[in-house]
Amino acid sequence: MSAVIDTHAGEHHHGPAKGITRWLFTTNHKDIGTMYLVFSFAMFLFGGSMAMVIRAELFQPGLQIVDPEFFNQMTTMHGLIMVFGAVMPAFVGLANWMLPMMVGAPDMALPRMNNWSFWLLPCAFLILASTLFMSGGAPNFGWTFYAPLSTTYGPPSTTFFIFAVHIMGISSIMGAINVIATILNLRAPGMTLMKMPLFVWTWLITAFLLIAVMPVLAGVVTMMLMDINFGTSFFDASGGGDPVLFQHVFWFFGHPEVYIMILPAFGAVSHIIPAFSRKPLFGYASMVYAVGAIALLSFVVWAHHMFTVGIPIAGQLFFMYATMLIAVPTGVKVFNWVATMFRGALTFEAPMLFAVAFVILFTIGGFSGLMLAIAPADFQYHDTYFVVAHFHYVLVPGAIFGIFASAYFWLPKWTGHMYDETLAKTHFWLSFIGMNLAFFPMHFLGLAGMPRRIPDYALQFADFNMVSSIGAFMFGATQLLFLLIVVKCIRGGEQAPAKPWEGAEGLEWTLPSPPPYHSFQTPPEVK
Amino acid sequence: MGVHAMRAGVLAGGLLLPAWSMADWTLNMTPGVTGTSNEIFSLHMTILWICVAIGVVVFGVMFWSILAHRKSEGHKPAHFHENTAVEVAWTIIPFVILVIMAIPATATLVDMYDTEESDIDIKITGYQWKWRYDYINDDFGFFSNMATSQDEIYNRAAKSEHYLLDVDNPLVIPVGKKVRFLVTANDVIHSWWVPAFGVKKDAIPGFINETWTRVDEPGIYRGQCTELCGRDHGFMPVVVKAVPQAEYDAWVQDQLAAAELERQLTEKEWTLEELLERGERVYATACAACHQANGAGIPPTFPALKGNPVVTEDLPAHLDIVVNGVSGTAMQAFGPQLSEADLAAVITYERNAWGNNTGEMITPKQVFDYKNQQ
Ligand code: HEC
Ligand code: HEM
Ligand SMILES: [Cu+2]
Ligand SMILES: [Cu+2]
Repeated sequence: MSAVIDTHAGEHHHGPAKGITRWLFTTNHKDIGTMYLVFSFAMFLFGGSMAMVIRAELFQPGLQIVDPEFFNQMTTMHGLIMVFGAVMPAFVGLANWMLPMMVGAPDMALPRMNNWSFWLLPCAFLILASTLFMSGGAPNFGWTFYAPLSTTYGPPSTTFFIFAVHIMGISSIMGAINVIATILNLRAPGMTLMKMPLFVWTWLITAFLLIAVMPVLAGVVTMMLMDINFGTSFFDASGGGDPVLFQHVFWFFGHPEVYIMILPAFGAVSHIIPAFSRKPLFGYASMVYAVGAIALLSFVVWAHHMFTVGIPIAGQLFFMYATMLIAVPTGVKVFNWVATMFRGALTFEAPMLFAVAFVILFTIGGFSGLMLAIAPADFQYHDTYFVVAHFHYVLVPGAIFGIFASAYFWLPKWTGHMYDETLAKTHFWLSFIGMNLAFFPMHFLGLAGMPRRIPDYALQFADFNMVSSIGAFMFGATQLLFLLIVVKCIRGGEQAPAKPWEGAEGLEWTLPSPPPYHSFQTPPEVK
Repeated sequence: MGVHAMRAGVLAGGLLLPAWSMADWTLNMTPGVTGTSNEIFSLHMTILWICVAIGVVVFGVMFWSILAHRKSEGHKPAHFHENTAVEVAWTIIPFVILVIMAIPATATLVDMYDTEESDIDIKITGYQWKWRYDYINDDFGFFSNMATSQDEIYNRAAKSEHYLLDVDNPLVIPVGKKVRFLVTANDVIHSWWVPAFGVKKDAIPGFINETWTRVDEPGIYRGQCTELCGRDHGFMPVVVKAVPQAEYDAWVQDQLAAAELERQLTEKEWTLEELLERGERVYATACAACHQANGAGIPPTFPALKGNPVVTEDLPAHLDIVVNGVSGTAMQAFGPQLSEADLAAVITYERNAWGNNTGEMITPKQVFDYKNQQ
């Protein structure tokens, strides 16, 4: 392997530094991975508590708790924090921990950049959170920040929001470069591309998506910055600009972004289901091709978020067909997971429970996605709670359950201890029930005509909103249990063997639990 | 069945009925009252049933495995991990299903885009946070504001039947006629939606979108703005009254007469009291959303008018801001929106309300002259 790694391996064996410097200056993939995961969980709770504010206000018709202006700040910050603060960093954390161990490397390829890309994140979110205390309040224009609501009509804090987005973007791009460099350069001898574990494959493709679209996001916020502060009119019709241009650029980033939030989960679940089915993954090659197809198609479907803005009918038809087409590779993945379970020898430990729920509930989110793809029907669904239901079905059981499944699957490896299975199963069942109670009724609300992003609603929506809020509180409270389980697992518990799961496959299980500070000092041989 | 049981049932039903009739557990989209909305509804049901069918097959196999292929049941794992025929099949079959689905969807879309040969054209303009309807063929127009009171919203009064879905001036259209809507906005993006018509179109400042409807049944239809447009996005409902042609014609005549009356108000001699009374009403509908009923505003976004030097001293500046707005802010130009009488009334009101006791008044004629000078 590369010269850098050889000299490093030749050094005396050393462990982590002591005290705070261990975390501030670390270049170790496990320490950085841990920091990413801790950060992401903190953001999950932060963004989650905003969701609780939203659901509390929507518990009953009428305005009870917050002003509509603050309500809009809550929905905006909730969306931004969940997407950029909870889901994306969690997957980067998993990548940091697992990629070197899965490809048989000692560490990530670019360890210093790794440190930098993590530490940018707390800075970005400190700036974003501080807008809550600025005069005029935090961003209040939705996580999609459509111009001109976010430019001409935005609060003064918008410029800080733009700065925060830039920093996050830089962090994501550096993280993605690191992932690509690690996967392409540090694979163990014998590990050809088509022998790579699926988590590695999905992250490789995700990293390319990130590099392709984060600059587009940076571009669109820079155009906003110019419009707000330097007198340009990119998005202002009175100066010759076009507000719809904003949406095209935003969604050119935004749609691949939703796949960035789900592809790594696809990868992780493709490890977990075979492990607990004690049977190899069905259709490895078609899984890889399906992810590739999804990633490519994700660049040509962006305007399905804009069916009502008045694009010409030819465009409308193109984006409808392209979006429907994405259902094919997505279906292939679901069929493969089910075929993997079929005639296996199944057991249902917490990772498997979360993974199976992932497949079922993500598929339900996929179904509503297919419905939304039908452009004429989308005229009725668009910007209603049906959409809120749809994207929470793909994000909560998709991204979040995928992350929980991964965490339980690899916690024994990371900590060297088994987690408390009973508590973990409790966590699962309460999350499962809470999440369905919170989000399933939103389908009905949307179909009955309740728009999204409203702080108060007409009386016919009252009943399901109350049900939904109860489910949301249940789901929210349950997540504290996860914190307890993880802390307990770090502090002690039954000693975990190198391979705690009977059916698990992969290089990471050949290392002891917990693994050495520098994962593979000598590259393993893959046959 | 025993007669007692029946009585008990009737009694229980009678007691619970009021509660049930308040509750509304609507699960599905409604078919609506236009050709478009019916077509959309049938697309919606088709794709829903397709999803259900696929779901039954996929989840069926999955639950079969979950129940039968457990290790605890002593099931030994098989070792197969690919099967080209199956994999090709489950790529092709969904593709074919999608093609079949795309055909009616395309037809409906083409139909929805056909705005040609309309009988009536109405321009819809979204404002923060109200709608304006201009009847292009008849040359009159009006604003449509939410009619639900703040007391209901803040739980100080019982909520009425059409809570948040009531307006002062509904859009009125004749049944059986093709009505073309030209949709635009004055400030930010809004979206005009009436679920029963299957019509939703974004209102984009600086651009005009077209859509259309033909309503078959007379009635009152309600919808809402569906694009986040700022603080009161949840409080700009859409109400459309579809009436028979004769009733529509009579209504148009009334509107034209009312517009003429409005013009005459400019000529009239006004007293301070009359202006204040009118001004209070105008302020409540046009200004209070931002500057608040008590004039305190929501600083720093919406300035207070109470004790504000522009309002207590500089009359020309006050007039200029209200008539021409402040470009690049939420303060719109009210010159084109309000009549001279309303402008004079609201300015006079602001200069005398909440302790701004300037005692000054400005007449509709002065406003008229000011507008003409520009
Ligand atoms: C959509 C929100 C909104 C509405 C509705 C609105 N205003 Fe304003 N108004 C503003 C904002 C924002 C400003 C501050 C503009 C600026 O930055 O100079 C303002 C400023 C003003 C000022 C000048 C205050 C100052 O200190 O410069 C006056 C006077 C005023 N508005 C009167 C009115 C009147 C009269 C109405 C109703 C006919 C009205 N406004 C309706 C948002 C609104
Ligand atoms: C704790 C459980 C959660 C609850 C109860 C919840 C609740 C909600 C609700 C009610 C809304 C709609 C607000 C509105 O339209 O008025 C919303 C919006 C949103 N949520 Fe969540 N949510 C949860 C978790 C998540 C997660 C995990 C993610 C992402 C990974 C997420 C991403 C979003 C996004 C992107 C929006 C859109 C924000 C916008 O409209 O701009 N949510 N959430
Ligand atoms: Cu999309
Ligand atoms: Cu709106």
